[in-house]
Amino acid sequence: MSAAKRVSVIECPGGPLLVRGADEVVGVDGQVTATDRAVVALCRCNRSDRMPWCDDSHRTRRRSKQKQKDERAT
Amino acid sequence: MRALTAEATGPHPVPEQRAVGDIVMPLADRDLQLALWMLYELHYRGFDGVDPDTEWDPLLLVSRAAIERVFERAVRQLVADTADDGDGLGHIGAPPAEQVTRELTRLTVSEGPSDTTAFLEQEATRDEFVAYLRRRAVHHLRESDPHSFLLPRLDGAAKVGLAELQYDEYGSGRPDRLHQELFAAGLRSLDLPTDVSVYAEEADAATLASVNVMSLFSLNRRLRGAALGHLAAFEATSALPCDRIAKGAQRLGMPEVAEYYEEHVVADAVHEQLAIHGICGGLVTDEPELADDVLMGARACLTLDGLAGQAQLDSWLDARSAHQPVRAAG
Repeated sequence: MSAAKRVSVIECPGGPLLVRGADEVVGVDGQVTATDRAVVALCRCNRSDRMPWCDDSHRTRRRSKQKQKDERAT
Repeated sequence: MRALTAEATGPHPVPEQRAVGDIVMPLADRDLQLALWMLYELHYRGFDGVDPDTEWDPLLLVSRAAIERVFERAVRQLVADTADDGDGLGHIGAPPAEQVTRELTRLTVSEGPSDTTAFLEQEATRDEFVAYLRRRAVHHLRESDPHSFLLPRLDGAAKVGLAELQYDEYGSGRPDRLHQELFAAGLRSLDLPTDVSVYAEEADAATLASVNVMSLFSLNRRLRGAALGHLAAFEATSALPCDRIAKGAQRLGMPEVAEYYEEHVVADAVHEQLAIHGICGGLVTDEPELADDVLMGARACLTLDGLAGQAQLDSWLDARSAHQPVRAAG
């Protein structure tokens, strides 16, 4: 890795944010998630079971019943 | 195998009743698919006891080309037969790259879990799960290798995007994170062999065809667009099933196997974006004439993987009904 690491963010249409060069993500609750992947996909739809990472839940046509229940409860 | 090793002088013709042209259903013909798989394997790791020079043996190359012609025609026919009305790039407006990325996204929207993944998550016994791993081993023990042949055949954004994706597939600098190795570790944890030939030898035609199509597309430069379309469709339909399969592996107490699938949930959600937008979008921006091939490759992936999944389901059901005592009528 070069000393001056360049970080870039790409918005994927209807999908996550693709981030190159991230070392860690700080969640709204202050939770720090570290990564050593060169590129990560950050969830934007809040449907992921692996926050802050995208797990492709946005690709399902319908929300699962459990998730709808969870969302109503919050 | 015998044809490759039997004579000290190298490969030689063996008696075969049928000519390649006589084969009516190449995708369901196990002999043809296994022969093709072996010819491709000479370009990957070869076989113990087989002279490495056989990779470029003229007789074998001629045989491979003849089988590939039949195979490619069958794949194209299957794709044409299964294309839906929303297909095609005929409409004017958006630039070709945008049309392709939009169509790739549309083709790969999940309609919910397939019967195969739902079965693995909730129902499969340990033996049934292992039967699945044995089939998938033909692909996963050589995972990503076909696409490495594509790198020198690409330029610009597609090349850079594919190199980035492959770096992750190949462990991001850590040999223990190599995806092939993660799968092999899962097999070892169950005391299963990690020699791919073991699994190729027992695989059915549909399984072999779903693997062979990646080598067909990647080893023929002409078909590079199809290879990248196949990659995009594969990655874009991987994360959600892997999540369910990981849960099934956890349920059955196979943590190493679960780890392989768990890794692919987050990794393939990234790869999907790289493959659709960076790689396929980049390729079609540079070479718009490859747009149709990209979509053909994507459809070939979805259709052939669907057939392989169906073959797996059928074999589970057959095995279960064979074990069930026949009940007397009335």
